[in-house]
Amino acid sequence: MKQNIIELTDLTKKYGDYTAVNHLNLSINKGEIFGLLGPNGAGKSTTILMMLGLTDPTSGSVNICGINSTNNPIEVKRRVGYLPEDVGFYGDRTAMENLVYTAQLNGFSLSGARFKAEQLLERVGLSLEMHKTAGKYSRGMRQRLGFADVLIKNPEVIIMDEPTLGIDPKGVREFLRLIVQLSREDGLTVLLSSHNLHQVQQVCDRVGLFVKGKLIAEGDVNSLSQKLFADQLLTIEAGISPLNNNGSTIAELHDKLVKIEGVTNLNFISNTFHIGCNQDATQTIANLIVQSGIGLNYLHKKEYGLDDIYLRYFEGGENHG
Amino acid sequence: MISTYVILKEVKIMDKAINNASQTRMSWIAKVSAHLHGIYAKNEHKKGNIFMHPFRVMVNKEISDHVRSWRFIILIVIISLTCMGSLYTSLTNISDAVKPNDPEGTFFFLKLFTLSDGSLPSFLVFVGFLGPLLGISLGFDAVNSEQNKGTLSRVMAQPIHRDYLINAKFVAALMVISIMLFALGFLVMGLGLITIGVPPTPEEFLRIIFFILLSIVYVAFWLNLSILFSIRFRQAATSALAGIAVWLFTTIFYGMIVNLIAKAIEPSKMAMPNQVLSYEKLIMFLERLVPNQLFSDATTTLLVPSVRSLGPLTKMQMIGAIPSPLPLGQSLLLVWPQVTGLIAATVVCFALSYFIFMKSEIRSR
Repeated sequence: MKQNIIELTDLTKKYGDYTAVNHLNLSINKGEIFGLLGPNGAGKSTTILMMLGLTDPTSGSVNICGINSTNNPIEVKRRVGYLPEDVGFYGDRTAMENLVYTAQLNGFSLSGARFKAEQLLERVGLSLEMHKTAGKYSRGMRQRLGFADVLIKNPEVIIMDEPTLGIDPKGVREFLRLIVQLSREDGLTVLLSSHNLHQVQQVCDRVGLFVKGKLIAEGDVNSLSQKLFADQLLTIEAGISPLNNNGSTIAELHDKLVKIEGVTNLNFISNTFHIGCNQDATQTIANLIVQSGIGLNYLHKKEYGLDDIYLRYFEGGENHG
Repeated sequence: MISTYVILKEVKIMDKAINNASQTRMSWIAKVSAHLHGIYAKNEHKKGNIFMHPFRVMVNKEISDHVRSWRFIILIVIISLTCMGSLYTSLTNISDAVKPNDPEGTFFFLKLFTLSDGSLPSFLVFVGFLGPLLGISLGFDAVNSEQNKGTLSRVMAQPIHRDYLINAKFVAALMVISIMLFALGFLVMGLGLITIGVPPTPEEFLRIIFFILLSIVYVAFWLNLSILFSIRFRQAATSALAGIAVWLFTTIFYGMIVNLIAKAIEPSKMAMPNQVLSYEKLIMFLERLVPNQLFSDATTTLLVPSVRSLGPLTKMQMIGAIPSPLPLGQSLLLVWPQVTGLIAATVVCFALSYFIFMKSEIRSR
């Protein structure tokens, strides 16, 4: 059964004249991993703060697990684990003490908190370093400790603000794997914000694109690229080497290629055809080129990923065809 | 032959008895230790399973933070050194202070706190001077350090009320200060008792207790002021500097400014008595705008029982007055406005910080 665990309705936040979040509507289903994507300053963090009741919306409402975050933040925070951007810990306390403190704030008894903290530190792979002071932790370790800190309250929803910022690629991979594994095991709903598309692409069920306080698109990565690039789903690059340098042959080939079903766009630049298609016509193209007697150097199929979506939307509608 | 047999038998019996005894002893030890262990384990179990209210958890953490910090150790060393110094000066001069027909003769013990030969200020003055420093240093980085460490947004994401954080910080620091001031006060009392050998009367003891309570209220004011600065200023250094600036202004410069005003509007020698009276009242009002003055007025009244009034007295009022010390109840009545003023200032600071903090947006770093 699908149900909306996070529901944003007409959410708006203004700082003076500046509108950080502009009439945002978004709903997230139980158990899914949702990526909130956008460049810096798009209003992602502000949206997250409003979800937790850490700042009040100018208008609109946030409901998490059916509870209004603005009016009843305590109940929301009981159910939601929040990992802030660049999370900090008490540097003169050990990782264990930091976790026990959080657990006690969530109503655990001391022994219960210790037990749970030990379990979680093992789960995130810090059991060897649990009696080290948190001040000696590296960035990646701190992030994993932050994840344990989020999980210790047995949340239904996890909200993470830029969880992969500043970790090396290996650490990012491990961290994301951890997120997916734990959310699948425990059936948690995860919302993470990021400006790094590749990382989010790997783990998210759905993403929302967030620019200048507005959600411009949402959906899973494939349907997003289909929606946004309806006329040009993929680009095929064909590098050719003219055998007898016969100009007319290339012109003929050009005409033939245009007539292939699904080709929407064709450019010939420095011995390379850039063919935009709305369906996969790679085989037909290859056949045609080979039959025409022109040497085929390479054939490259380029699909649109989030990167292109990102560039297209965030950096001013450039045409990557 | 028989005798050896008998002896051997005897030995055997004795041996058995000793063995028995040692065995019972062993089992007894085992029993007791097991029992003790059981009690201990039970206690441990109980302690571990007790649910603590989040607010208590926070206060506990803040107190242990204070006690573990270097800052606190340094403060304790400074303050106890100065207290010992002032105690030393008062003890070396106490023999000269005992005069015949002194109205305060019955309050000999209180002189420990007020006496000075001029080289080192008395305990009373020291607490008035170093109390603000204590309050400022325990509070100036209360909120902004959490913000800069990135722990504030993490703690605020837990299911606790937002005001728990500042309340816990205030309560924890206040508890630390109270314990410290009481310990110092009792230490001075104890050392004085050992040295001069005169025990305090119950009234003297009560006066000292009230003095310590008043000092706690005074330090609490500075603590709240510095917590307010720590919410307002992002940098801990700025907030510490702001606190110290206010402290210096009120202790040094404010008095100078009031003096200047006093000289400027001084009535002539020929002025009417009621004119002089209203002038005196105005100057006193100006002086009492700062908490230092309130504190020193109040503590002086408490520790020097011969102080009969904190305002100007006319000749008429003085006629017929016997120069005798006031009873404790009257002294307390006399300082009541000062105490109320101090508490009000503390509450205003707290309300302001509460207001700012509850309205603020909590961002990560």
